Amino acid sequence: MILASSFLQEQSFLDVLYIIAFALFIQGLRGLSGPTTAVRGNRIAAVGMLIAVVATLLNKHEGNWGLIVLGVALGTAVGVPAARQVKMTAMPQMVALFNGVGGGAVFLISWSEFRLTHGYSGVATYITVFSLFAAIVGSVSFWGSNIAFGKLQEIIPGRPISLGGAQQIVNLVLLILAVAAAIDIAAGDHSQGIFIGLLVSAALLGNAVVLPIGGADMPVVISMLNAFTGLSAAATGIALNNTALIVAGMIVGASGSILTNLMAVAMNRSIPAIIAGGFGGGGAVAGAEGAGEHAGAVKSTSAADAAIQLAYASRVVIVPGYGMAVAQAQHAVRELTKELEKRGVEVSYAIHPVAGRMPGHMNVLLAEADVPYDQLKEMDEANPEFQRTDVSLVIGANDVTNPAAKNTPSSPIYGMPILEVADSHSVIVIKRSMNPGFAGIENELYYDPKTAMLFGDAKTAVTEITAELAEL
Amino acid sequence: MILASTLTTNLAILVLAGFIGFVVISKVPNTLHTPLMSGTNAIHGIVLLGGLLIVGLSGNGTFNKIILVIAIAFGTINVVGGFLVTDRMLEMFKSKPKQPAEKAGAGAPPDEHGGGDAK
Repeated sequence: MILASSFLQEQSFLDVLYIIAFALFIQGLRGLSGPTTAVRGNRIAAVGMLIAVVATLLNKHEGNWGLIVLGVALGTAVGVPAARQVKMTAMPQMVALFNGVGGGAVFLISWSEFRLTHGYSGVATYITVFSLFAAIVGSVSFWGSNIAFGKLQEIIPGRPISLGGAQQIVNLVLLILAVAAAIDIAAGDHSQGIFIGLLVSAALLGNAVVLPIGGADMPVVISMLNAFTGLSAAATGIALNNTALIVAGMIVGASGSILTNLMAVAMNRSIPAIIAGGFGGGGAVAGAEGAGEHAGAVKSTSAADAAIQLAYASRVVIVPGYGMAVAQAQHAVRELTKELEKRGVEVSYAIHPVAGRMPGHMNVLLAEADVPYDQLKEMDEANPEFQRTDVSLVIGANDVTNPAAKNTPSSPIYGMPILEVADSHSVIVIKRSMNPGFAGIENELYYDPKTAMLFGDAKTAVTEITAELAEL
Repeated sequence: MILASTLTTNLAILVLAGFIGFVVISKVPNTLHTPLMSGTNAIHGIVLLGGLLIVGLSGNGTFNKIILVIAIAFGTINVVGGFLVTDRMLEMFKSKPKQPAEKAGAGAPPDEHGGGDAK
């Protein structure tokens, strides 16, 4: 290369570039945690990444340009269209997938290190240990994220798939197998079979940990796996003695853990309970009891009746949930709102912080459908207003409206803040069926005498109501 | 003892970076949880550097070259896709100034419909 022996390839110059890169990551992350600075923060972090990549390519040991170009071209060819074309509703699973490939890169890098050094021979023990840690965590993250993707994409059923009581034992055995393989390798075994065994046990562990977790907890799981991938990247950084990797990976590991905790708190869930997958089990029992108590008390309605009810209301609050997201109904909902506003009905949206599959999911979708920002009310703002609301229109939201969270101490969601929809004069719930939500528990709201159920796909139902309204 | 000092320096960096991560993300509004998760997700795509470094070393066999190309591709997907998706998400939040025009045009629905999907 022309650059050979120029100062651009001096290690200390590259180190300075790395320092600039991680300073930009930190600045970018700070930006991402505030609403007005978020867009810029993300771009600052992206610039930091570009600098880190360029610094690495300037490294004088760099070679094999053909392979680098091939890898980057492949990644760009897949990543850019995926990121550009993904529907806003599918965003959570996209994040899961991107997280998964990150974990995949981590364990593949460890594997190539293992092979290149013939089973870490002549390598300092601490490097071996960090590399093996990265291999295990990267593999768990890769497989766990793919399962999370599959569940959210509904390739795999969203309900918990579990071995019951044996689950914890199986997980523990898999963890012990992976760690035992790692210890064996660190102690000097150069056999690749053991390394592959380690990857396979970690892969099975990733599957076994995420499969029993219900769809509702998936955002927390993705956030946790995100933190894991960060930690494994930091471990790779120590193994490769690369500061940028250490800093960036660890920052993600730490901030990801905090974020996971914030999300769990917003859902009134504890992280150990989510990992243990206990929610699905306990919820199912509570659900069965609930169904027994209330059976037969549900009132169903038609699009035409719902239209009349809405047309003569003076104040309507729309409560969107995952049902709206999955049916891509946000534009239809916006049309319904306009039709109601034409008739002088005051319409607002009540957004539960964890409605949908990810915090902020509803805001993103409704913003996409050009719903004015001032119509979106956060929970604290929306709750006092339900008492003077004529009709609450619940579109595919379930657990976040369940009065059991307030009234039933035995309920698994007791204590979770909810939208107090039951306070409004009447409630219309658009829902595909009486199946319980992702928490797997029955919703008392549906049995309330002032609630009418409109069964069907959210988009179809909302479009029908809008059509009926137009004819009134 | 050079190795030991590299290790301790790197461990010090690791610990400090951990504290920075905790401090930076102490308060985040709920609505920003998803973009923040997506943004941090893009940042750990930095493992791409690991692939770039190892592929440059001599002695990689064919199989190693294949897994390294995959690792580089995976890392690139993580970085490029992650930042782009986060940017798209955050763009959605920026539509606040549109409200006045929005109120005036309450009677004209058709032009609204395709807008979101076209992005």
